Order: sequence, then structure tokens, then C-alpha cells
Amino acid sequence: MECILAREGEQMRRSGWSRRDVINILDFSRSDLESLFELAGKISDRPNSIRRSLNEKIVATAFFEASTRTRLSFTTAALKLGGKVIDLSPEASSVMKGESLPDTVRMLESYSDLIVIRHPSEGAALLASEISESPVINGGDGSQHHPTQAMLDLFTITKLKGHIDGLNYAIVGDTRYARTAASLLYGLSKFKPKKVYLVSPESLQPRIEIKTKIDELGLRTEKLEDLEEIIPEIDVIYLTRIQKERFPDVMEYEKVRGSYEITRNLIVKAKRGSIVLHPLPRTNELPSEVDTLPNAAYMKQAEWGVPMRMAILELVIGGAKG
Amino acid sequence: MGGPNENGNSGASDRRRKRLSEKQTMLVQKISDGTVIDHIAAGKALSVLRLLGNPQARGDTVALVMNVSSSKMKRKDIVKVEGVEISEEQVQKLALIAPQASVNIIRSYRVVDKKNAVPPKLLSGVLNCNNPTCVSVKEKDSVSPIFSLAEISPLSYQCKYCGRKLAEQDILSQLG
Repeated sequence: MECILAREGEQMRRSGWSRRDVINILDFSRSDLESLFELAGKISDRPNSIRRSLNEKIVATAFFEASTRTRLSFTTAALKLGGKVIDLSPEASSVMKGESLPDTVRMLESYSDLIVIRHPSEGAALLASEISESPVINGGDGSQHHPTQAMLDLFTITKLKGHIDGLNYAIVGDTRYARTAASLLYGLSKFKPKKVYLVSPESLQPRIEIKTKIDELGLRTEKLEDLEEIIPEIDVIYLTRIQKERFPDVMEYEKVRGSYEITRNLIVKAKRGSIVLHPLPRTNELPSEVDTLPNAAYMKQAEWGVPMRMAILELVIGGAKG
Repeated sequence: MGGPNENGNSGASDRRRKRLSEKQTMLVQKISDGTVIDHIAAGKALSVLRLLGNPQARGDTVALVMNVSSSKMKRKDIVKVEGVEISEEQVQKLALIAPQASVNIIRSYRVVDKKNAVPPKLLSGVLNCNNPTCVSVKEKDSVSPIFSLAEISPLSYQCKYCGRKLAEQDILSQLG
């Protein structure tokens, strides 16, 4: 059992994951992602086969923004792989004294083998990766990227639907500021979805640079305001929270607050076998009355965050010489 | 003494254009030493002058020719500055304000160097990102903003860190 991970991980490291920064899902090929899903699948199906491949390795987490799932799933993943975790708490560190991000990253690099960073500024993880010799994983940078969430989302779809290609998707909610939505769109562009609907009020549609990029990548999308119009044909309903903290103007947020909420009555009209995903945390866009429907897959999605992050850590630094 | 004149024309193939250009250039007298910037998009001569640090305010002799006809651009502006040679850094910035401009360095009434203002593919430390939450803005004391050329016409640059684009007007407002 133990050698499964060792063998799979070694093969994939040779294919290009070893010591690689994970900043933007667009940096990864379809083949890279499929290899990752295969390994994450093996870890989730056979948790006892885990090799402690991070033995003697230290993972640094530096979350300059609040996080529950990303931080804890990376921490759990590192510990399950036999690694150790150090955590920078910005509010209790020299960041509060005005230390620059580059200086903070230089310290983290010298203390650890890999850095997981979340930061409110777009480009912060890319900047960290330019400074650090140790691999950097982007745990979310402002409204721009959240690559490991998109990898988890696509993995969940693969697990529950068997494939990503040929399905109809509805990405519902804040596609303007939600980095999870942007990264999922970029991730979907590596596959061949049948149709991707962007369901939100006009003011929450993707920013121009996201729309331009997905158009260039050939991802077919269609804007829509009402999920009910298309729900019978959708295979994957992906909800996002309105990112209140990213709105430059509170008045703009107030205009769209509560502009979309799904209900149990709406989801029961969905296609048989369709799934509802959400990166969480949720607010009123996804009421708990949906939780008991067979389509509700978001808790499973969150649970699989651990095997997904284990697979990422295993591929990037598991057994690799530091 | 057989070199090109201060507008940089030298071949016989475009005599007509040369005559037209010389006629327009002669609206103001030739300069003995300095810089002639030709083929500036009409209306942008004042921005170019600001980019050069308003040499007239320092007492340098400056000539502006605005909105003259051009076979290449329909309408164009020309800037001449006596006694000042434009720097490489200024040429790089000029390419962002007047991407089609040609620069002639004049010494003793002759063109001794000719540069084309071509927008560079990468720009470091010249423009600032206009996204207030971009890391190049938040950490501006330790990060140099870097942009890649997104489009030549209309000119736009994309921030390496946040992906936002600066449109021609944004660029002009930062440099002009």
C-alpha cells in the first residue's frame, strides 16, 4: 500500500511538478491536472496508503486574510504526510510593525521548505515566488487567483460526475471579485465543457481582463441573470459568495447584496444527477435547506480539500531534495 | 555633408513626401543642434513637451508644429528643441505617448542619430498600476511595477502582477 504513493508521486514529479510554484492554474496543463486528480483520488480512496513523504519538511503558512478551509486543509495535509507546519500570524508578527512583504517572504523562505500564502493584494503570491527559492503555493491573492481551490473544484467534479468534458456549467454569483470563480473558469479552459453560463447581475459579471482571457482561451460562456431559465440542463451549479470585502464602494455592494439566492424549490428542478458546489464560506446565497438534497456536494468538496492538498504537497516537495 | 536633413529623409523614392515635409518643417527655422521629434500623433505635442520636462521653461528654444498634414498619418505634430538631445529613457517614454514618432538628433544641422519610438515589450518602473489593491501599489517601496505590451493600437499595457490593463488614456495621464 505504502509504495503506491511513492511510485505515483515519483512519476509525476518527474513529469514537472517537483519544486514548482503554484500561482495560477493556467500554468498547468490538462495532463498535469489529470495526474494530480489521479493522485488525489488514490489518497482519498486509500488513506492508509499514505507515505510520510514530508518527513523532515517544514511548511510555512502565511495567511494575511482570514481562512478556514484552505489554511486548515494545507495544515492537515502537511501533518498527515509527516511534515511540520509553522504559521505566520500577521497580526502578531513584524508585519504589524510595517515589515514589507518581500522581507517577510525572505524570512519564511529561510525557515521552511514550502510557503503557502494568502494575501489581499493581487500578485502577492507571484511576487513571493520571485523572491523565494522554496516553492510558493498561492492560497488566494486578492480577487485574482485561487488555483488550489479550482483544482479541488475540478477534482470534485471528476469524482462525482466521472469527467469534466461535455458538461454544462452554471457559475452563479460574484464572478467579478470571486477569485474562486476566475480560477475555475481558467481551469475549465483546460478541458472541453459543453457550455458555461455566468449567472449574475451585470455588475457582478467577470472583470474585463478575466473575460478577455477566457475568450482568448476559447472558453464558451454566456451571460445570464436567472438560473431558473437554464437549471434543467445544468450538470454543475457552482455558487459563490458576494465578495463584500473586495468592493471598492460599499454602495455598489449594497446594490447587489442578496441579488441571487438559490432555494430548495429551485434546486429540485435541476437535472437528475446534477451537483451543487460552493467554495465556502457561504452566506444567504446558499441556505441550509439545500443541504439535505442529493445534489448538495459542497461539504464533500470541502472534505476533499485535504487529499487534494496532500497530493499537491506530495508532488511539489514530497521526497524531493530541498 | 551628404547626410539626411533634420527630418531624416534621404532616399529619392519619396521626394514628394520629402518636399511636403520640408515645407512644413520650414514653418519654423532649422536647428543647428538638438532634437527633432516628427510623426507625433496630432494633438500630442504638448504632452511630448511635458515629457521632455518643459525645456522652454528652462530657457531652451522650442518649436511646436501642430496639426500639419502628413501622408503617413493624415495629421501630425512636430517638436524641435534647440540644444537638447533626448535621452534613451525619454525615447522609451515617448514611445508610450507617441508610438509612431521618429526622433532625429541634430548636430551642425545634420542628423547624426535616428531613433524610432517603438513601444517596448516589457516596461519596468515606468508606469504605475492603477489597481489600488495590486501588490505593486501596496508594496511600492519594494516592488518595481512591470508591464507587458498588450496591444500596439490602441496602445495598452498589462500589469504583470494583477493582470489589469492600462489603456492609452491612462498611460498618457501618467506620462503626459
